[in-house]
Amino acid sequence: MQVNVLYFAWVRERIGHGAEVVETSAATVADLMAELVGKGPEYEAAFSDVTALRAAVDQTLVDMDAPLGQAREVAFFPPMTGG
Amino acid sequence: MRVVIQDAAFDPSAELARFDALGGGAVVTFNGVVRDDTGDLQSMEIEHYAGMTEAALRAFVDTAVARFELTNALVIHRYGSLKPGDVIMMVATASKHRKQAFQGADFLMDYLKSRAPFWKKEIRAGGADWVDAKDVDEDALKGW
Repeated sequence: MQVNVLYFAWVRERIGHGAEVVETSAATVADLMAELVGKGPEYEAAFSDVTALRAAVDQTLVDMDAPLGQAREVAFFPPMTGG
Repeated sequence: MRVVIQDAAFDPSAELARFDALGGGAVVTFNGVVRDDTGDLQSMEIEHYAGMTEAALRAFVDTAVARFELTNALVIHRYGSLKPGDVIMMVATASKHRKQAFQGADFLMDYLKSRAPFWKKEIRAGGADWVDAKDVDEDALKGW
């Protein structure tokens, strides 16, 4: 399936762009991340420390082992710093 | 209840006057302001996840209103490029009684800090650094 993948903050900077459409058969967010790491060193740099990353599926914060289901949008980003 | 995400500056005094005029009883407000700890901060860039930000903030407000019996709540949060001294965000809560108003504002601030998809970057002459999330902010959520 096709998923719109978004990156924010230093994840976006390390990868070099903020959004892309990815063809994937990943079952979970972590599986998708593993697929992305295979795309090149910039992805490896962005995803090198999973504990420093958060993810959202269709704009809802989820754990890394969350199923992708029929997700249309997945986002990866560092811990949030609002307020 | 009002949630506003915007890049433009806003006037917290005018917002508070409008909020007070609704007659909440006990009103608590909080402003977050760009601070410059080192004296050489040029600007703070705030990035956010358009769409998710609005949905997340509305969910926090709905929870706070129900849990603390708020009669009104307001959240305004800016994104984009801000300078030291600029107001980043504002929370206002109203309740019949002060404790609920304080608790509602505190709850909203804790969730805004660690669960609203904003990221801050500090720009200095020597370079730029993303602001790290703090353990103390994450731990604060456990208290709710």
